[in-house]
Amino acid sequence: MEVTSVNNNFKSEEYCINMGPQHPATHGVLNLLLTIDGEIIKKVEPDLGYIHRSIEKMCERDSYQQIVHLTDRMDYLSSNINNEAVCLTIENALQLEIPERIKVIRTIIGELTRISSHCLWWGVMGMDVGALTTFFYGFRDREMINDIMEETCGARLTMNYNVPGGLMLDIHPNFVKRVKAFVAHFKTKIPEYDSLLTENIIFQKRTKGVGVLSKEDAISFGASGPVARASGYSCDVRKYHPYSALDRVTFKESLMTEGDTFARYQVRIMELWESLSIVEQLVDNIPEGESRVKTNAVIKLPKGEYYQKVETARGELGVYIISTGTKSPYRLKFRSPGFSNLSLLNHISVGGKIGDLVAIMATLDLVIPDIDR
Amino acid sequence: MTNESLKEVINRFVPNLEFSEEGSQFLNILVQPGQLHRLMLELKSNNGTYFDYLFCLSGVDWGEELGVVYHLESTTHRHMVVVKVNTQNREDPAFDSVCDIWATAEFHEREVFDFFGIKFNHHPNLKRLFLTEDWVGFPLRKDYVDEINMIIK
Repeated sequence: MEVTSVNNNFKSEEYCINMGPQHPATHGVLNLLLTIDGEIIKKVEPDLGYIHRSIEKMCERDSYQQIVHLTDRMDYLSSNINNEAVCLTIENALQLEIPERIKVIRTIIGELTRISSHCLWWGVMGMDVGALTTFFYGFRDREMINDIMEETCGARLTMNYNVPGGLMLDIHPNFVKRVKAFVAHFKTKIPEYDSLLTENIIFQKRTKGVGVLSKEDAISFGASGPVARASGYSCDVRKYHPYSALDRVTFKESLMTEGDTFARYQVRIMELWESLSIVEQLVDNIPEGESRVKTNAVIKLPKGEYYQKVETARGELGVYIISTGTKSPYRLKFRSPGFSNLSLLNHISVGGKIGDLVAIMATLDLVIPDIDR
Repeated sequence: MTNESLKEVINRFVPNLEFSEEGSQFLNILVQPGQLHRLMLELKSNNGTYFDYLFCLSGVDWGEELGVVYHLESTTHRHMVVVKVNTQNREDPAFDSVCDIWATAEFHEREVFDFFGIKFNHHPNLKRLFLTEDWVGFPLRKDYVDEINMIIK
């Protein structure tokens, strides 16, 4: 074992310590095996599987309609976008023509989900680095979205609103009015977020230059979402492989080049603005029409392989279905953004302090069920 | 690059490749296990193809065979390709690891090892990722049976 001398009287040596699975900063049951020398991190090894439910194996047993329910339980903060990913894969395989109304509603709900996820992230991000106040502000605004979702989807977290062929039910009559009210409200709140946390000098010192990820490494580690975009890697699935109504809205891909914790933070704040703008562009012109296309009661996908990417709040979610023509997939793989983003944790936190690791994990925005699936 | 020209370029990399576009939106390449690493290295380093983004790595139990499916994308050319490799050996399946080419493969290969029992040669840390070390069997294989924990319809 490497023994380094600190001063004449003391010697330090490396040792292992468990962070988690019940550590508050891991936001779920993630165990990190840290090798540390004093407070300097030498190695981080994630130990996974505390809540692995083997969703992929369950999908091989279930019908296509049932699979959608399971995806809520992966990245529960992006549940609508997960649902959409599976529905899009099935609809593309069946070559179903989806009416404009459904596409627009899906995109609005998807962007609202992203905002609500980022609100929660912003709240706990502050809390993780010692600013408890942000938690209450983030949850206050998230509550408005949850209320909209509750009215339209009937649920606040695991919405299960998308079904193969469209939406479970049409939107609530209050939907447009309440979304507009939220947009107007939230526009005044993002500057508040900035003045509360972004401009806070203590916060900046905790995050600037911490956990730097280069663009080359981001690509090699398969990073996606805000984590990758903070390193200057342009990878927004909404831009490169637009789905639903995203091809008719204009928005800017949020990019930074620093690649540090503060850049990842700023990318998400920028994304709040962009998502608001997407919602604003669509909410006034929701086309009339059906909210659901009729599908067979038992869906059987033609023999073949199907892949669909979507951009969740955490990055690129991939759904890979291999079908042999039966009522359930032969194999279904979820390429989850959190899993790939977690794999670079060791790379960017070695050499830092334990406190830095907490800040880094906060901006990786890990959702453990998404990693464990 | 279109699938046709990709096919032409990739065909020169290694011998005995099988191409197919049937039933998939991507160009599929089936490679012999012995040639896998050479092909992958060439796909990544060749300027014409430059597949620098491995966005999905999945293990598949095809019944008779076990296999791994690699989904690749180029962040500069924005083309995509799927590479497949299969083996008939269900007792001790092994392929060469690609984690020296794409760092993301390290975790994904561990996941495949955990659930399919496929070994990856030269992997730096090949051990179970989700399941415990003493777990018997590989749950995502089609012949896996667990009468207590699995609900079979």
